[in-house]
Amino acid sequence: MTEKLHINALENEAIYIFREVAAQFERPVLLFSGGKDSITLVRLAQKAFYPAKIPFPLMHIDTGHNFPETIEFRDKLVEELGVELIVRHVQDSIDQGKVKEETGRYSSRNMLQTTTLLDAIEELKFDACIGGARRDEEKARAKERIFSVRDDFGQWDEKNQRPELFDMLNGNIDLGQNVRVFPISNWTELDVWTYIENEDLEIPSIYFAHKRDIFVRDGLIWSASEHVYKDEEEEVEERMVRFRTVGDMSCTAAVDSYATTISEVVAEIRDSSISERGARIDDKRSEAAMEKRKQQGYF
Amino acid sequence: MEVLKIATAGSVDDGKSTLIGRLLYDTKSLTDDKLEAIERSSKQKGYDYLDFSLATDGLVAEREQGITIDVAHIYFSTNTRSYIIADTPGHVEYTRNMVTGASTSQAAIILIDARHGVIEQTYRHFFINNLLRIKDVIVAINKMDLVNFSEDRYNEIKDDFQKLVEKSDYEDQNITFIPVSALKGDNVVEKSDVMSWYQGETLISHLENLDTDDIYNNGKMRFPVQYVIRPKTEEFHDFRGYAGKVYGGDIQVGDEVVVLPSETKTKVKEIYFNDQKYESASRRSSISVTLENDVNVSRGDMIVKATELPKIDKRFTATISWMDAKQLVSGSKYVLQHGVNKVLAKVTAILNKIETDFSGVETNVSNLEMNDIASVSFQLNKPIFFDSFKEHRTNGAFILIDPQSNNTVGVGFIE
Repeated sequence: MTEKLHINALENEAIYIFREVAAQFERPVLLFSGGKDSITLVRLAQKAFYPAKIPFPLMHIDTGHNFPETIEFRDKLVEELGVELIVRHVQDSIDQGKVKEETGRYSSRNMLQTTTLLDAIEELKFDACIGGARRDEEKARAKERIFSVRDDFGQWDEKNQRPELFDMLNGNIDLGQNVRVFPISNWTELDVWTYIENEDLEIPSIYFAHKRDIFVRDGLIWSASEHVYKDEEEEVEERMVRFRTVGDMSCTAAVDSYATTISEVVAEIRDSSISERGARIDDKRSEAAMEKRKQQGYF
Repeated sequence: MEVLKIATAGSVDDGKSTLIGRLLYDTKSLTDDKLEAIERSSKQKGYDYLDFSLATDGLVAEREQGITIDVAHIYFSTNTRSYIIADTPGHVEYTRNMVTGASTSQAAIILIDARHGVIEQTYRHFFINNLLRIKDVIVAINKMDLVNFSEDRYNEIKDDFQKLVEKSDYEDQNITFIPVSALKGDNVVEKSDVMSWYQGETLISHLENLDTDDIYNNGKMRFPVQYVIRPKTEEFHDFRGYAGKVYGGDIQVGDEVVVLPSETKTKVKEIYFNDQKYESASRRSSISVTLENDVNVSRGDMIVKATELPKIDKRFTATISWMDAKQLVSGSKYVLQHGVNKVLAKVTAILNKIETDFSGVETNVSNLEMNDIASVSFQLNKPIFFDSFKEHRTNGAFILIDPQSNNTVGVGFIE
């Protein structure tokens, strides 16, 4: 019961934020990756506007290197919700020569998503993009506002952010600017999982323990796939693993796990001694990795 | 378990980051990879201790300069509570950040370096906590290890601080003194074995036992309408739900209410949270309500109980904390956002500037610089429905938006 009070407070805050977005912006969009954070967002949005439908579309920036389970899941959910799904492909940005595919050992399409996202925002004239980032994920994200203004180039000016006081959200922007909105800013990873458990939400199967071909590099478990670069001498083996995030395949590491139900996952996370982004290869590039990506317009 | 938000202010010199790091470390809230990163960085810098400030100072600029320049949010939890620390820099040029961090907090920690005692910065921290009506203030007298864990020194600082308290006009504020050594871990989470003269609680046990319930619950219910839900489906053809968050007190089905500004009287028909109907809803719930009568309600309107009307006026005086590099000049116009309601506002006069060291006020001020705090009178293009900040911490506050830059340039507390 005590646990519940705390989640309720976070839920009420998130619903409040969703309603502010719908009221203050002309063309909001919910950035949907098919991951647990965006699934949580969708549930909160449903609650915020019941009995009306969610009054904005979902958009997926598809790297083309997805776990197939995530895409199946996405399409099923969108059909149930009866909302519009917009998909924009990183492959198109590559074909148009706007970005160049990375090569080599740590190559990933994760960075390339930014260009595709910014182009989509410009094309579809979105003024608010709702995302599932949380302040506990990473220390540059700890400074992020709930309404975070981006300029015409999608950039984040972290030293010159608007103060946010009490729960008053200032959505006033200039033409060409847009706002990134983070309704679950104050949630932790465990909060998200507890919510998924309480609400009995469906999530993609890769979040649960399953047998998978993997190889180990730098102490992290990588999925063996055509999308992931692998040296000849790196040996593939089959292991029971699950994923804690479902980013692009090339930058999402797995963890050893036997948790096959949500309550087992929750119990595992409670005891876990590695933070969630510790399994994100993209952050390990440098201490300031996330901050640099955010300045350029990353999620 | 509710979330307890705590504001901290201070520079790295006070050992603030060390204190937060110590809280995280002793409550086992640091994960292995984070701890490893701290160990690595500390070693690289040649320290023979763990530099916990690396766990909290997020931005590159801060790591370079070794200071905190914005509000960082730090999360940890114990078996009793979830905590969010809003960590802000303590220097005068960051007064606005302190105000921001304190605005969402229910408690504050003021850190004092035992070697230096009460300094100008302490005055300012306490002043801001008063201005923001922070009910629980914890004065952590840190670096006790550097004054030989002296009880006399502790009492001396405590007496100095009490002199400040006498100047404050917030009588119900709870002030607690705790002697700590963040570096060694005394009285943070573990009770000190070298300061047996201190009989009080450790910092964490004080936080665990704080009663946060009375802070926002003053009994007067305010329901600002955020959004009107009109599904226009067959099943809900005539449904009109007024969505918003409940502040100050409870709302119940059957309550006699008044819709402002139209002053139409009606009753609460239904209360929805998601697809469930409820008989009542408590403060801070994000609900939607339907009303008995077909009244015209839109965003920015406010539903209140018929017996608890707020003030309805186009003119008032407020204490302003100015946050923009561009000065506030008497006569200038801003967008004033009171909750979710936006109106146009004109500064009719700057009455006086308030010194944050309790030394008094300065009159004959024609403009305000960033970080100034002042008493200012306003005139609006239409009335708002407000309480004084002292009576109602949410319905007595507003922000000012510069119509040219769209930036949030100030915050006001209605007097």
